Amino acid sequence: MNYAQYIPLLLALPLLSFAILGIWGRKSLKKSSGIIGTMVLLILTIISIAVATHYFFIGEKLNNGYQTIFALNIPWLDFGYKNLSIDIGLLLDPISVMMLVVITVVSLMVHIFSLGYMKGEERYPTYFAFLSLFTFSMLGLVLSANIFQMYIFWELVGVSSYLLIGFYFTQPKAVAAAKKAFIVTRFADLGFLIGILMLGIQAETFDFLTLIERLTNAESTAYINMHTTSFLGISALTWALSLVFVGGAGKSAMFPLHIWLPDAMEGPTPVSALIHAATMVVAGVFLVARLFPIFHFNHTALNLVAWTGALSALFAAVIACTQTDIKRVLAYSTMSQLGYMMFALGVSGYGGESGLGYTASLFHLFTHAFFKSLLFLGAGIIIHAIHSNDLKDMGGLRHALPVTHLTFLIACLAIAGVPPLSGFFSKEEILLAAWEGNRMIFTIGLLTAGLTAFYMFRLYFLIFWNRPATKVISKEAPASMKIPLIILAAISLVAGFIPFSQLVTTDQQPFKSSFHVLFSIAPLLLVIAGIFTAMHLYKNQGEKAAHLAQWFGKFYQGALHKFYIDEVYLFITRNIIYKIIGSPAARFDKQVVDGGVNGLGNGTRFIAEKIKALQNGRVQWYLLVFLGGILILSFIFIGWNKI
Amino acid sequence: MNYLQEILVISTALFFIGIYGLLTRRNIIAILMSVELMLNSVNINFVAFNKYLYPNSLDGIFFSIFIITIAAAEVALAIAIVINLYRNHDSVDIDSTTLLKY
Repeated sequence: MNYAQYIPLLLALPLLSFAILGIWGRKSLKKSSGIIGTMVLLILTIISIAVATHYFFIGEKLNNGYQTIFALNIPWLDFGYKNLSIDIGLLLDPISVMMLVVITVVSLMVHIFSLGYMKGEERYPTYFAFLSLFTFSMLGLVLSANIFQMYIFWELVGVSSYLLIGFYFTQPKAVAAAKKAFIVTRFADLGFLIGILMLGIQAETFDFLTLIERLTNAESTAYINMHTTSFLGISALTWALSLVFVGGAGKSAMFPLHIWLPDAMEGPTPVSALIHAATMVVAGVFLVARLFPIFHFNHTALNLVAWTGALSALFAAVIACTQTDIKRVLAYSTMSQLGYMMFALGVSGYGGESGLGYTASLFHLFTHAFFKSLLFLGAGIIIHAIHSNDLKDMGGLRHALPVTHLTFLIACLAIAGVPPLSGFFSKEEILLAAWEGNRMIFTIGLLTAGLTAFYMFRLYFLIFWNRPATKVISKEAPASMKIPLIILAAISLVAGFIPFSQLVTTDQQPFKSSFHVLFSIAPLLLVIAGIFTAMHLYKNQGEKAAHLAQWFGKFYQGALHKFYIDEVYLFITRNIIYKIIGSPAARFDKQVVDGGVNGLGNGTRFIAEKIKALQNGRVQWYLLVFLGGILILSFIFIGWNKI
Repeated sequence: MNYLQEILVISTALFFIGIYGLLTRRNIIAILMSVELMLNSVNINFVAFNKYLYPNSLDGIFFSIFIITIAAAEVALAIAIVINLYRNHDSVDIDSTTLLKY
């Protein structure tokens, strides 16, 4: 318990560093801001790894399971309504401790990488200030002890993501992408907020543990209330959970709210590695995992999670095969892997071995964070070296960038799921859970696994092989950019051997996960097939890929244009929302509301123009009018009395 | 002998002579004098009503004395205004003071 007192430091330090770099960065800390930010992250990483070691391996256990520890709990805002209050608390349980490690390690790597990558940038200190802000909000999000506090940090994460996507704010594309990301996720967060309020008011608490306790007990009044109240034939609990999931789907770029993620690649590449690959986008998965016991008791909501995840996984994998921008391929790959994590949660059961999907999902979250940020950082070096994002400008880079080549290959193998790299183990567990939960989803997952291997190796071969070496503008990156790659590659190599089922489980009781060799044959064969197809098509320059694209015809064109989802959104917003709702409302405002106010003013002025001649400055004229008035009034009143 | 009616006729005549002067004179001093006429017609009324309707009290008499005092103060004030007016406009003609308008 004694280490819990260091937990508030995890939030205080990055906030402090944000404030310092934000206030004094541009004036007096121009050169040292990167070092300060990185040092703070180094301290955070050390703290969180120490906390994780203590929590998982040294700290005392409760009935053989991991206990939940409150590091801090301060009542903050009391509503005075149904005992509702928002507390500021820090909660330690297996998933939040695991997330601490993921966030701080990836963030540290990205900080170190950025020291080299962002060097000479005009707004270098501001960049590190924003990174600190992001780290602060993300840590706050995972440590939140109640759902409202989580919502606050959730929005803070969105803000820092907005700031970092729009970091190159002189480019209109970056500004548009930042706005798009913010608006789409904000729109999804509306659902999240409504869901929170429904859950909070019915269960009379925002606290995660109490919420779970009340809503998983079929005899509690809150559960019965939410179960019997229904709207459009769906119970209030299902509505609330689905709405909460909409928020999660927006942040985790699930179909059809994924449109912001590929555009978010306009930000600096290390930012994509940190926010849009490893940490922020998994917030949705984390949210569902946090509320998993409630989701588990509600099959409709859980099925929604599963099918959204499965659909997104396949959908994004298909699109990723056709994209030609290196970062966009990676973005769609991220979306596909997030779909994997989602459907793993969706097919999971609760308690003991049936909670395999939950464990697998968080395991995949863990491994994916490392190899995906490695891929993004590698892409950063490549972009740095040839000053282009487009795969058409790349090829034959294996000699010019040996370290990048090797680490990129490791990451590709890991994400494709080749044993014994980390991705293999987590993906295997997910597929196993899907096999036991839902065969349809298992099939989709299997297909996606093959596609993943294909598009990752398409990327790999197009960058590093394919044609004679591209001319490299700058030499391979400085040490500060290589070291993170090597560390992340090392983690990707070994992370698969962590016995996750001992650490992160639904009921916090460890179980022994079984490993079936026979089961892994099918996915492995598909993966190998994917790799070899990619090799055949892309290792050497040729027309084979173009022929294949020709053969797919319309389908290829559709995937290349991301299945026109952006166009559908544009159509809906422009033609339906804008034309039918927006512009009539604007017209009503301009003509009726503004017209009324203007008319009042104009009328007053018109009358005033007509009668102002009465006030001509002649005192005797006033007096005459006054007397006339008196006379008329007196006649009226005298006459009135007579009658 | 009750002369109330006659006295009221006189005071009404005095009042309307005052009004006439107020409306037609161009000289501010003359206007002031007209105002005094109106005040005095009121005084006559007070005294007359007091004498014929409430012979046992002196309220009306007091009131007329009060009005005379106020009128004196008022004239002092008005003359000061007229002097300032003359200094600014070089005349005491009411038609030259039409600055306060739209």
